[in-house]
Amino acid sequence: MAALEIHNVRKEFGNERVLKDVSISIDSGEFLILVGPSGCGKSTLMNAIAGLEPVTSGNIYIDGEDVTWRTPAERDIAMVFQSYALYPSMTVRQNISFGLEMRKVPKAERVAAVERVADLLQIFPLLERKPAQLSGGQRQRVAMGRALAREPKVYLFDEPLSNLDAKLRVDMRTEIKKLHQRLGTTIVYVTHDQVEAMTLADCIAVMRDGHILQLGSPDEVYNNPVDMFVAGFMGSPSMNFIRATLEAAGDGYALRIATPDEDNVLLPWPSERNAAGLVEQLNKPIILGLRPEHFSEEDVRLSEQAEGTLMEAKVSVVEPTGADILLRLPLGEQEITARVGPKCAIAPGERLSLRVDMARAVLFDAETEKRLA
Amino acid sequence: MANVIRRQTPAARLLRAVLYSVLIIAGLFYILPLVVMLMTSIKPLSEISAGTLLSLPQNPTLEPWTKAWGEACTGMRCEGVGGYFWNSFAIVIPAVLISTTVGALNGYALTKWRFKGSELVFALMLFGCFIPFQVVLLPMAQTLGWLGLSSSRAGLILVHVVFGIAFTTLFFRNFYVGIPNELVSAAKLDGAGFFRIFWRILLPVSAPIIVVSVIWQFTQIWNDFLFGVAFSAHNTQPVTVALNNLVNTSTGVREYNVDMAAAMMIAALPTLLVYVLAGKYFVRGLTAGSVKG
Ligand SMILES: Nc1ncnc2c1ncn2[C@@H]1O[C@H](COP(=O)(O)OP(=O)(O)O)[C@@H](O)[C@H]1O
Ligand SMILES: [Mg+2]
Repeated sequence: MAALEIHNVRKEFGNERVLKDVSISIDSGEFLILVGPSGCGKSTLMNAIAGLEPVTSGNIYIDGEDVTWRTPAERDIAMVFQSYALYPSMTVRQNISFGLEMRKVPKAERVAAVERVADLLQIFPLLERKPAQLSGGQRQRVAMGRALAREPKVYLFDEPLSNLDAKLRVDMRTEIKKLHQRLGTTIVYVTHDQVEAMTLADCIAVMRDGHILQLGSPDEVYNNPVDMFVAGFMGSPSMNFIRATLEAAGDGYALRIATPDEDNVLLPWPSERNAAGLVEQLNKPIILGLRPEHFSEEDVRLSEQAEGTLMEAKVSVVEPTGADILLRLPLGEQEITARVGPKCAIAPGERLSLRVDMARAVLFDAETEKRLA
Repeated sequence: MANVIRRQTPAARLLRAVLYSVLIIAGLFYILPLVVMLMTSIKPLSEISAGTLLSLPQNPTLEPWTKAWGEACTGMRCEGVGGYFWNSFAIVIPAVLISTTVGALNGYALTKWRFKGSELVFALMLFGCFIPFQVVLLPMAQTLGWLGLSSSRAGLILVHVVFGIAFTTLFFRNFYVGIPNELVSAAKLDGAGFFRIFWRILLPVSAPIIVVSVIWQFTQIWNDFLFGVAFSAHNTQPVTVALNNLVNTSTGVREYNVDMAAAMMIAALPTLLVYVLAGKYFVRGLTAGSVKG
């Protein structure tokens, strides 16, 4: 049974439509990530799930029960806020046990719950402190502790790590992942950071302007994006969008990338990936999507696509990141980014032959930006 | 501020000296009336008629004070202002407590439980801060009559509460706007309701604004004369009204020393005391919102 089901939820603030027909369903124990640019309605959706804001229309089910018109307290949900929202006048211990106290849990059980949580998050030394006496990372931990003290049906995390510095954010990310694996709880987690989304999620919902564009596993969302927005949003550096023309080549198709100063680049489209809609796009402009890692130096053998398609271009910028090197290469009207191994000895201005893994390339309609193949 | 780094040139030192002199003179100027009143209140009557305002008391005496407290004539009665002093307390304390409590709840509801039209309600309440007292005297007298509270202590308390709520609501509303809504959301999810959230989450951090509200209301209500004279009977009069009667009683010689004793010490002392004791928090409370963000 679905632990959380959101059914055609709409939310309007006056005339502003913030959520436009959102539907999501996740199973018990799943880790769902809502990701999208700032202002797309993620927090609004969380508040709707929590019952902090009434929805304009639609339904929300938790464990199969319709909770659309229940109060936050009746929904059995715990939430971690971006600002942590720790009660300033209470000690950490009181913060953690407040929810239990409100639910009339006997004192002994409350003490036990605090001990359990303190042990889980290693915050024993902080228990008697007030929030003002804690560092950012410690506050974040306590905020999680407060959510974990009760054992609700669903946990909501609204950008819980975005106020931490980079190093701590990575550590806490791992810790949250471990916690989820250990506790097996259902979590809805909001972030605008696509790395967080990829690393944590069982299931990602990419949002934009109050719509869910794609709901799928990290692998699906990354490798099989439904449109250019999802493709561009997930992954860093983001996918290269190359303007090309679709042409017939033998039985199949090829993509011609116009380059002003030299011969056009012609990339054959793998025949096993022919899609029905492609024939209508013949001789029309089309967008070819290639991630930086879909390029490699010529001499590196690609695992599956031993052939690969060769392409030559001049390197304009070389950016070593340590683990690998990012190359910027002008190609036709745009400049593309390619990720190559750290050993690649190349200087700006030199020409380089790159292998392109067309088996993983994607095609988008140039006008609607929707996925074609 | 004490640690501002500045080279001590002679010019700077001179400037500093000028600055301090100006400040000291201004300070003296403000404190002088108080000093004169205090001196007058402990002089025997003979010294007052003989000497000048600023001459120091030769034979200081507390007699004017005891007289003002227990024997001076206010209108027809000669019982001093002592009884009215307690009257004032009996009016001020409940009125301050009730108006502060209601203001706190209003501010809380208007910021953390917004409803359709809550901004309008607030705007209308704000309007109450600018209504001159005189405008409402007649309608208020009529209302008190309907309620059967004419000339009663409860009636006077009600009037002060009604007037005070506009201010206390403004104070608390502006303070609570600065407290993140997420605190309330978190408490809702934890299962707390309207009053519980107020009592356990908001109130414990409200000390600065409570002090502001209490000082403000205490001063306003203690110093009130108009409502006191309009809505009270002789046995429920506040001390300000009694003081006026005392000063205006025209039988016999005018006893300036008794007048001063009653006026400054008895009528003004409580508000001064409240300010001295809590003034630090008053200033802190007024600026708290802007610092916390
Ligand atoms: N209480 C509100 N009243 C009016 N508009 C709101 C309110 N809350 C959010 N919005 C609007 O809804 C949109 C989505 O906000 P939000 O859900 O906070 O975005 P996100 O969390 O994805 O950054 C924003 O354009 C915001 O201005
Ligand atoms: Mg948000």
